[in-house]
Formats: sequence, structure tokens, C-alpha cells
Amino acid sequence: MNSLARVIAALAAVGVTAGAAQTLTGSLRDRWSSQEVATLASMRLKEAGPRPADPSNAYEQRTDAAALGRALFNDARLSSNGQVACASCHSADKQFQDGKPFGQGIGTGKRRTMPLMGAAHSPFLFWDGRKDSAWSQALGPFEDAAEHGANRVRLAKLVQEHYKVSYETVFGPMPELGRLPDDASPTGTPAEQAAWTAMPERDREAVNRVFANMGKSIAAFERTLSYGESRFDRYAEATLAGDGQGQEVLSQQEVRGLRLFLAKGQCVTCHNGPLLTDHAFHNTGVPPIDRTRPDRGRADGLRKLLQDEFNCLGRYSDARAEQCGELQFLATNDPGQLAAFRTPSLRNVAERPPYMHAGQFTSLEQVLEHYAKSPQAVLGHSELARPGEKHAERQAIRLSAADIQDLAAFLGTLTGPVVQAR
Amino acid sequence: MTTLRIPVAFAAVALLGLAGCGTPPKDLDVSLEKPSAAGVYRVALVPPAQAPAINQLHSWKVKLAAADGTPVHGARFAVDGGMPQHGHGLPTQPRVTRELADGSYQLDGMKFSMTGWWEVKLAIEGPQGADKVTFNTVVDHPRVRP
Repeated sequence: MNSLARVIAALAAVGVTAGAAQTLTGSLRDRWSSQEVATLASMRLKEAGPRPADPSNAYEQRTDAAALGRALFNDARLSSNGQVACASCHSADKQFQDGKPFGQGIGTGKRRTMPLMGAAHSPFLFWDGRKDSAWSQALGPFEDAAEHGANRVRLAKLVQEHYKVSYETVFGPMPELGRLPDDASPTGTPAEQAAWTAMPERDREAVNRVFANMGKSIAAFERTLSYGESRFDRYAEATLAGDGQGQEVLSQQEVRGLRLFLAKGQCVTCHNGPLLTDHAFHNTGVPPIDRTRPDRGRADGLRKLLQDEFNCLGRYSDARAEQCGELQFLATNDPGQLAAFRTPSLRNVAERPPYMHAGQFTSLEQVLEHYAKSPQAVLGHSELARPGEKHAERQAIRLSAADIQDLAAFLGTLTGPVVQAR
Repeated sequence: MTTLRIPVAFAAVALLGLAGCGTPPKDLDVSLEKPSAAGVYRVALVPPAQAPAINQLHSWKVKLAAADGTPVHGARFAVDGGMPQHGHGLPTQPRVTRELADGSYQLDGMKFSMTGWWEVKLAIEGPQGADKVTFNTVVDHPRVRP
């Protein structure tokens, strides 16, 4: 019987013996229960499969759209001071993020810049999930006063000035923009808002269409970015194949960390699946930067998402209403969403301190110490059981200093290349 | 009342339990057909024939009958749930979107964001009155693929 057949047989055996302790034996260096093997298998990068298509963006798989998107992504002219591009904070040589606690554009942002790889797999973007597609996400920073500080009429005019041919190749004829005010937007300064309100509806819609298409082309470019396989993936593969020698790709300390990740540390409860995230929102009591004005996270993100004219159900989306399941069945009345933030992927996590939604922690050890302490939330309610708390269902996370070192070592095995498809 | 056939995958995972922190209670009632809390209705949840992937939106069916087994038409449902061991709710807000035939209703927008023990709670408003019911389901990993 080959090694794969042994794994399958072992799993089948568990199915019929209902919970009997089974371990994979043979030539493996490290033994895992069949349940653990199933979990390891589910965490392999290849389980993510091809990037799911975004029905709200009809252009995302076109190479000409991606080429335009790449140019827009790197173009600092698309900002109020001519110095801020998407790439300023999402830097190709820094995992498409910036390594800073807060994004730094025209001003200083309020949250940590997120990397772009894996975005196509997430139903919601940003730490608070206020966007439901990569193209809609890409629009937000352009008009954020702390980021590009631009406005959509000026942006549309800049696209017309510098990218007319490539834009029209992808999206068809550009509208006439010359007679419009230079600066107008429904989200800008009072003057910009007044100018926007004064524009006829059809002009506003034409500008919005160009603005949305900027996002759609940037999303087509971002779609070419993905995570590559890490040492952990090779270890999981070797374990499934019954290849003990292959398991040596992880040190004994890293394997101890992996065992903690799956069990005592409870990390895998939220950091699950091939991208090590459940794509959901949780309040884990991460301390706010300003305790007097704590970030409301998902609770505000939900409101913004529902009001967003660029969401899946909006007129600039290419999806049919029934393709917007996440929005149709959005959990809007869950009190647990107050001060909850999106579970970030742990792929390449060791390469991008600082951590949490506002860069609260500078090292992985500090992050792990936070979970070991499980402090009360300043706003909302932490899902974590507190040390010593007698809770009917939940268990507190208990980690020794040595456990924290082992877990941090394991997290380093999740680092792989950033792949840019051509 | 028709006998409900629950796919083997869902029945089997209920026996398996989970590694580490998330082990559901040993005596967890995972039956998907039961009387409502006050005994007003008999309620059954019918999962999809093929177990959905983690984070995949999918649909269930709800079968509602009076205590004597007669199918109940025209009921309304409020859906709630979550993971008791993790202290969070459902990642989506599922809804009963329409009544199919014979006291059978379509439950759309279901999604499980992780493996483990999930509760699915229905608050029922029907001709016989209001009642509620809580189901437990244990979501496991799909079969290991090489």
C-alpha cells in the first residue's frame, strides 16, 4: 500500500471506529492524528484553488485591464500633491504593504496598511470590511484625505489626459469631461461636495463610471498578485505523503509551534484554511490606540458597506443581484461586530510587522502574549475567554514563555514568495 | 411525515469530534429533526446533499410540521446561531426566503467560516403559535485530497 493509500485508509478507519485514537505511523518523523492530518491538509496553499472570479467586475481577467491597472497603481499623479500612488503604501518590495503602524499618504491614516495578496479570496476588504470587492476597495484611498486626497472628477480628468487610449480599449469611449468642474466629489471638502451636487445626474454618473472602471482595472492588476508556497506547505505535503524525510523541512521547535497552533493556542479556530484566515470579523480585545475613542471596526464598516454606491448591488457593479450573496445575507445585527476586525491572513506574517489593525504590536511574540493574556475589550466584548474565567463553553488560551517562542518560530514557516503573474 | 435522510457526511462528522480546543461536548445532540422547545412543532433541518466548503454560501431546507406531523404552511422564521465554544455568531444572516411545497421552506445564506460545533437557532411564528428550536451541527474538514 502506498503512503497516500495509507492516509486514506487511516481516515476511513476513523470514520468507522468513531473517534478511536489513530496516528499515522510508517516512516514519518512527526506523528499526527488523522484529524490533525485533515486540518494540515486544509491549510495547504493549494487548497485555495484558483482565484474565484468576481462577478461584480467584468474586466478583472483581461490583460489589457490589468496593464492599465498596473499603470494607475503606480501613478503618483493620481493624488492631490502628485506624490502618492497606491504603490506608496502597497510597496512591491515590502509584501505590498508599508511596514508602518498607519498608512502614510497626504496625511497619516488610522489603520495599518493591509497586503494585497489573497484579496480576491476575501468577501470583504479593509480591516472593517467596508468594501465587498477588490475594485471597490481600490477606490476608497483615492478620495481619502489622509491617503491620495484626490476627488473623482479630477481623477477622471487625469485618466482622460494620460490614459485615454488604453482606457477606451478596455472600457469603450470616455465621456466628455472638459466642461465639468476640476474638483468635485460627494465625499470631498465642502466646496467639492457643493460642486458635485451642482452637476447634472448624468455627469455624476459618467464620472462615477470612469472612477469605478479605474478600480476595476486596478483589481485586474491586483489579481495577478498571490502568495507562493511556504515551508509549512511542503511540510504538510510531506506529512500527507507519509514522507518522514520531507518533514525535516520544519525544525522540531517549529513543529512544536504547529502543534500549539492547532490545539492549545487555539490559533487555527480563526486562522484556518489555506490563507490562514476565516475571512470573518472578531473582537479579540486588541487595545485601541486611543482608549477614549476606540475604533468601532466592523460595526461602522457594515454601515459604510450598505451605503456604498460601489458595492455588489450598486449600479456600477457587473453582478446580478443573486450573485451578491454576501451582501444579501450580511449579518447586520450581531452585537459581536462592535470593535471587531477582519482576521488577517497569516501567510508571510513574519515579514510584515507591526501587527494588528493599528500596528499595536511590534513583534509576533507581543501578539502571542496578547492572546495569552486575553485582556477585556475596551469597546464591545472580546470573544476570548479570560485566564481563570470559568466559562461553560470556552477555554482560556494558556501559553508559557516557551510556547510563545515555539509558536513564533512556527509562524516563520508560513513565509513564501510573493508571486506576480505576468 | 416523510422520513428525513441526512447525508452520511454530516452524520459521520458528528461522531468524529475535533482536535484540541474545539472539542464539542460528548453528549451533544446533533439530531437534525426534533420537537421545538415547547413542543408546538416538529422541525427538521435538511443540509445540502453535498457538504459545502468552509466559507461557501449555501442553502438548507427547513421542514415544519405540527406536533401530529401535519405539514405547517405559512410560517415565518428568524434565524440565529453561532459557535458556543468561540463566543461568536454566524458569519452571515441566513433567511428563510420562500416556502417550497408541503411545509418545506428554503433557508438561504448559510455559511460556516470554520470547522467545529455550530448552533443554528430558529424562532418560529406559525398558525399554531410561536416557538423556537436549536440545532447543533459539527462542521468538519472535507475528505483529504492528495
